This record gives sequence, C-alpha cells and structure tokens, in this order.
Amino acid sequence: MIAKHLPRILIYSILLVAACLFLAPLYVMLATSFKDADQIRAGNLMSLPTSINFESWKLAWSTACTGVDCRGLRPYFWNSVSMAVPAVLISTAWGAVNGYVLSMWKFRGSDVLFGFMLFGVFMPFQVVLLPMSQVLGFLGLSSSVAGLVLVHCLAGMAGTTLFFRNYYTAIPRELVNAARMDGAGFWLIFYRIVIPMSTPIMMVTLIWQFTNIWNDFLFGVAFSGADSKPITVGLNNMANTSSSVKSYNVDMAAAVIAGLPTMLVYVLAGQYFVKGLTAGAVKG
Amino acid sequence: MAASLHIAGIRKVFGKGAKAVEVLKRIDIDVLPGEFLILVGPSGCGKSTLLNIIAGLEEPTEGELLIAGRNVIGIAPAQRDIAMVFQSYALYPTMNVADNIGFALEMRKVPKEVRTKRIAEVAAMLQIEHLLDRRPSQLSGGQRQRVAMGRALARDPQLFLFDEPLSNLDAKLRVEMRAEIKRLHHVSGITSVYVTHDQIEAMTLGSRIAVMKDGILQQIGTPDEVYTRPSNTYVASFIGSPTMNMIKGRVEVAGENGRFVFEGGSLTLPCPAVGEAILGLRAEHLHVAAESSWRGVVHLVEPTGADTYVVVRTPAGDLTSRTKPHAPLKEGDPIGLEISGKHTNWFHCTTGLRLEV
Repeated sequence: MIAKHLPRILIYSILLVAACLFLAPLYVMLATSFKDADQIRAGNLMSLPTSINFESWKLAWSTACTGVDCRGLRPYFWNSVSMAVPAVLISTAWGAVNGYVLSMWKFRGSDVLFGFMLFGVFMPFQVVLLPMSQVLGFLGLSSSVAGLVLVHCLAGMAGTTLFFRNYYTAIPRELVNAARMDGAGFWLIFYRIVIPMSTPIMMVTLIWQFTNIWNDFLFGVAFSGADSKPITVGLNNMANTSSSVKSYNVDMAAAVIAGLPTMLVYVLAGQYFVKGLTAGAVKG
Repeated sequence: MAASLHIAGIRKVFGKGAKAVEVLKRIDIDVLPGEFLILVGPSGCGKSTLLNIIAGLEEPTEGELLIAGRNVIGIAPAQRDIAMVFQSYALYPTMNVADNIGFALEMRKVPKEVRTKRIAEVAAMLQIEHLLDRRPSQLSGGQRQRVAMGRALARDPQLFLFDEPLSNLDAKLRVEMRAEIKRLHHVSGITSVYVTHDQIEAMTLGSRIAVMKDGILQQIGTPDEVYTRPSNTYVASFIGSPTMNMIKGRVEVAGENGRFVFEGGSLTLPCPAVGEAILGLRAEHLHVAAESSWRGVVHLVEPTGADTYVVVRTPAGDLTSRTKPHAPLKEGDPIGLEISGKHTNWFHCTTGLRLEV
C-alpha cells in the first residue's frame, strides 16, 4: 500500500518543503509585525505573537521617522501609486500597439526593429542611468513623479512589446485580411478585433509591469527627488535610519505594507497570469 | 448587379534580384457578369496569390485589373466592393454571429435598423437564424462555414471571392456545402471567383474553370471543355478521376483510318500527323474485352459502388478502365483491352500540347 503511493508521497513532501521554505520569510515578517518590543527581545524568530497588535502597523504607516521626517510610509506609498498606475497603463498600451504593428502590419525592416527591441529586454538598466538622468534633466522632469513614469514606460516597453507581439503572431492573418475587406482600418481592427482577443496577455502584462514598477528600487533611488521617492526607497531609508532601538516590528510591518499591492494584484488577477502565459490566441 | 472582371497581363514577383520568384507569369482572364470562375491547380501554382491580388490584399508587380470596368489597382480592398470567404473562415472570435455578419455593414455606416434587417435576411437564406447569438467557438465546422458565407452575402457585393472554403470540412459536409454554394450563386447571381485544389469541386461548381500550374494559365474553359478537350497533358491528368490514361507510341498512318503503334499493341483509329505522340484515354472509354489482341494482366480491382475501376498492367504502362460493378475479374487474370468511339485525346510527345486529328 505504502509502496504503491510512495512516489506520490515523495512528490508532495518535496513540494511541501519547498512551499514552507518559500513562505517562511513571509511568516516571519507577519509574525514579527504583530509582536511588541518585549516579545521581539525574547529572541524567538519563529514563535507566534502572543497577541495581535496593530500598533507597529499604525506606526509604520503614519508616524515612523525617516531622519527628521516623521510621516511614516504614507507619502511614499502614494508616490508609488501615482507613479505605478500611469506607468503600467501607458507601457501596456504602448506595448500592445507595438506588438500589433510588429506582428500584423509588418513593414520592411520590422523584424530588425523587433530584434533591437528584444535587446532592450536584456539590457542591464545600470547602463542607462547616466544618459537617462541627462535626458530627464533636458526635459525638465528630474526628481519628479512624471520623470519616473517616463523612465518606467521606456524601460518596460521592450518587455510589453515582446509579450504582445508573440501573442499576436498566433492570431491568423486571415482575420486581419477579413476585417480589411470588411472596411475596417488600422485602428478599428486593433480596437474592435484585436483588443477583445487580448484579455489573457493584457492581464499578464499588467501584472508583470505592476510588479516590476512597484518593486523597482534602482530608478526610484536614482531619479526621485525629496518629494517623489517611491515606497521601496522610503522603506529602505526608514529601516536604515539609525536610532537607539531597532524596532523590528515596525520595519516588518512597513515591508508588508510595501509589498501588499503586488500581492493583491496577483491574488485578484493571478489566474489570468498562468492562463495567459500558457494559452495561445483564441481560436476562431 | 453582377460585375465583370478583367484580368490582363498580371505578373507577380516576390523578392528581388537573384532571389526573385515569379509566381504569376502574365495571367489573362476575362470573367463575364454572373459567371462562377474556378481557379484550380496544385499548391504553389499561384492561384491564391491571384485571388489575393483581385481582393487587393496584395498588389501585382505588373498588369491590369478591372472590376465592372473600373481599374482597381492601387485601390484598398474595402473600396473594391468585393467580399471574400476564407479557408479558415476568419470569423471574429469575440463577436457573436449577428455581429460577425453585420460588421462590414457597420463599417460602412449602415444604420442599425437596416443592418438588423439585412442580418435576418441573410440568416434566413442560410438557415442560421437560431445561431445569431452564439460565438464562433460554439459552432460546428459547417455552421462556421455558413456564417462565413453569410458575412460575405450581407454586403451584396459586386464580386465574391472564395479561398478554398471547403477544405477544412469533412467529406460529407463538403458535398453538402458545395451544393449550398451552388444554390446561393444561382439565387444571388453574383460574379464569383473560387480557388480550390480539388478538381471535383472545380467540375461541379464552375461555369468555367481556369487550370493553373507554375504561375501559368494552362487552360480556361467550361468544365466539359476542360474534361473532354484538355489543352495539354497536365490539364488532362489533373482534371478527372481516375487520371486519364496516357499511352506513348507512334502514329504510323495519319488520317481517319490512321494507325497508332505502341508497346504491346496497335490501334486503328483517327490519328494526327505521322510521328511520336501520346494518346490520352479516359477510363470510361477504355474497356476490358476478352477477345482483344491488346493484352494485359489485371493488376488491381477497385470497386466504388456505381462503377468498378480495373487497373490493367500492359507493356505500355498501367491503364485504368471503368467497368460495370461486380465484373468477374480478379488480380492476375490475363485480359484484353479495347477503346470505344472517337473519345481520344492526342498530345505532342515532348511539349505535351494537344494535337488535333
């Protein structure tokens, strides 16, 4: 009996161990954020909190100090929102149009152009930091949220184009030809035929972009000013602010707050993520 | 109102310089108003390219194209007043059947009430009224085919183009839809161009057939002309099933009581000029006969129900004869062959062109 099920038991055990390892940091973060200072000093990282204590969450959100600024994470959080939302929407829409052109309206040299764009996917972003800051200065967008939006749109475009282009190549050419004969033009075909077929890849791109942009630290640290720091930078500064006592519970609560939106997006739209990555275009 | 279609000197070259491929080599075809023209040929013969050029999805390298007397070179597909049925049906997957049929009308800014009425008419014509709310993915192959035709019909275009519309259907449905297309053509009377590689579709549907090969128009004529008087050995072997028998030999005596000698036999029949030639015989004009001096051995017996085809192995090659069903023949039987009447086709032995007697 056991011999028969052994492979299965083995597989589940391995998966379970992997899941525990993966979730352990999350557990430590959550557990610590609910503990008070005494409990933390007891030194047992893995122990459950004796009581649910939201004090450190309140502190992290609205009163924790970064240097002399004691407004908590709240301003950084809203900076991140006002950066991520437009950047995600613009870069996704931009990638959809690019992918549509590169797959269905090929022109001389479009494949070469796509090759260059692919290069952008694999380019290390450190390389563009200096030129980008010059460009931002030239445009008068230095140290602003708008500047960060622009940077994220440019940095994300290669990836979003790749997603949409590969998804759209699976849509039969005849569909576009049929729409052309029916009298639809470039934008009408895109809007009426192609976009309605794009839900899965749209979800993938939205999640992908949101996660990347929300979690970005490099651009945030390099291009933001005092009033436009995203939450990742805010979190780092808060945790590194030296004070007499290290409040681990506040730091942990702040980290969970910083990571919450991406988790939420994945929980809400995650089912489309897997579907979109595995499914090709809808068949006629 | 049915339109004429004038195709003159159409050439299409893909690529440039040394890699250039000429897929259409000066095609001239005139289609009369209301005609049903079939473009038939093996894959790669250029028939689909020609159809795409008529549709405006591709531009010809050279040549003239007139629809109802109007030059359409350089005019966008939508402005040519044509409708096309695609091989994959190309139904819009996110729209229901009614929206699929009405899309072209919507693009032409036809008011909603008129559109709804037209969709209902077309749906009734095709017996798909009960499917109007469904998505294409909820339809069977035959139903999708009907919707695709409905989409083309809704516009009441000057010209219908069909790109192998039946090749994705199973055999039974194909016969059904073939009849349906023929009926719709009778009802609408719209000039149609239909691309296929299936010679039976070509024979049953076309008012005229254009046989193409390697970008060259081999012959254009009514199904009967193409079948009974093929202009070369290629057309002769492509049209008709089973394939026409080809016997290589030599005409010894020309004229009405001519004499044709070939390996393993000779025939007295009307012949073209003296010299090497190929005699083409349809299976129905070649008979098995116990007494004949032209001998062979039964190689294969293929009953098809209405007829039985007997493949006879002779020194001049394998020849197929159509016989009555239940013929008491079996593999290995020695048998004689004879021909009937004047149903012969003569071809030049090297060029393959038709020779007149």
